[in-house]
Amino acid sequence: MANESTIMEPTGKREGAMTQPEYIRGGRVYSPGVDIIELENELLLVADVPGARPEDVEIDYEQGMLTLHARVEPRRKGEDLDWLLYEYGVGDYYRSFQIGEAIDASKIEAEFKNGVLTVHLPKTEAARPRKIQVKVSS
Amino acid sequence: MLTRRLNVWAPYNDLRREIDRLFDAFTGGDGGLVRSRAFPAVNVWEDGNNLFLEAELPGVAREDLEISAAGNELTIRGRRNPCQGENLVYHRQERGYGEFSRVLTLPVEVDTDKIEATLRDGVLTLTLPKAEAAKARKIEVKTAE
Repeated sequence: MANESTIMEPTGKREGAMTQPEYIRGGRVYSPGVDIIELENELLLVADVPGARPEDVEIDYEQGMLTLHARVEPRRKGEDLDWLLYEYGVGDYYRSFQIGEAIDASKIEAEFKNGVLTVHLPKTEAARPRKIQVKVSS
Repeated sequence: MLTRRLNVWAPYNDLRREIDRLFDAFTGGDGGLVRSRAFPAVNVWEDGNNLFLEAELPGVAREDLEISAAGNELTIRGRRNPCQGENLVYHRQERGYGEFSRVLTLPVEVDTDKIEATLRDGVLTLTLPKAEAAKARKIEVKTAE
């Protein structure tokens, strides 16, 4: 089992920043809430990206850095609406992680359902747990 | 005019969001302030004939969502399931799960038979037609001869 430091956000980035928007390309950018789950043979990264379309989600993995970016266009473009309640904003999602565990980059897969993105990060053969058979010497 | 009175609060809402954001920066976006916020967060707007509501509900399946309305009270109720599997080791868990319900008092009565709801990519959108009596009307001013 990997320890807590297996997955880290790059230094300088605040952890657990779930709703703090930053401004890139004129719109707001949100940091999606994520779960990171370790299974025997893979890591799972589960991110809430409501309103994103599968075709607008980019996942990059380079030198141990996993980056998620989902482009989300405003759903009410150019309309001057009479807001009665405005509790959340709409914009791109962006977040990156440093993955310490050895990952087989060629086998990374992602699925998308109901606004939730699940990224499968298979461990390399070398990083998988192994059972060592103890031979009994006769 | 109810509409106009409510819209007076729009700048206040902007300010409140900004204050929330600053608080998030201090509490790591993870503090009690955030957690205690009503779920789901909603945006509500209107035109002359309808109220519109949008809520972000990622990971909530259509069959796990229930919307009901009576008069001017709207209830959104549902459940989000945790990740399935055995021997899950969480390195990070920021996504909540479990049951939720939120009751919203709408500013006007709506025609509960004609509410339309769509759930797409984790976003719920409701169209709530205003009851006849609540619709905006243009009053023609007659000129006295």
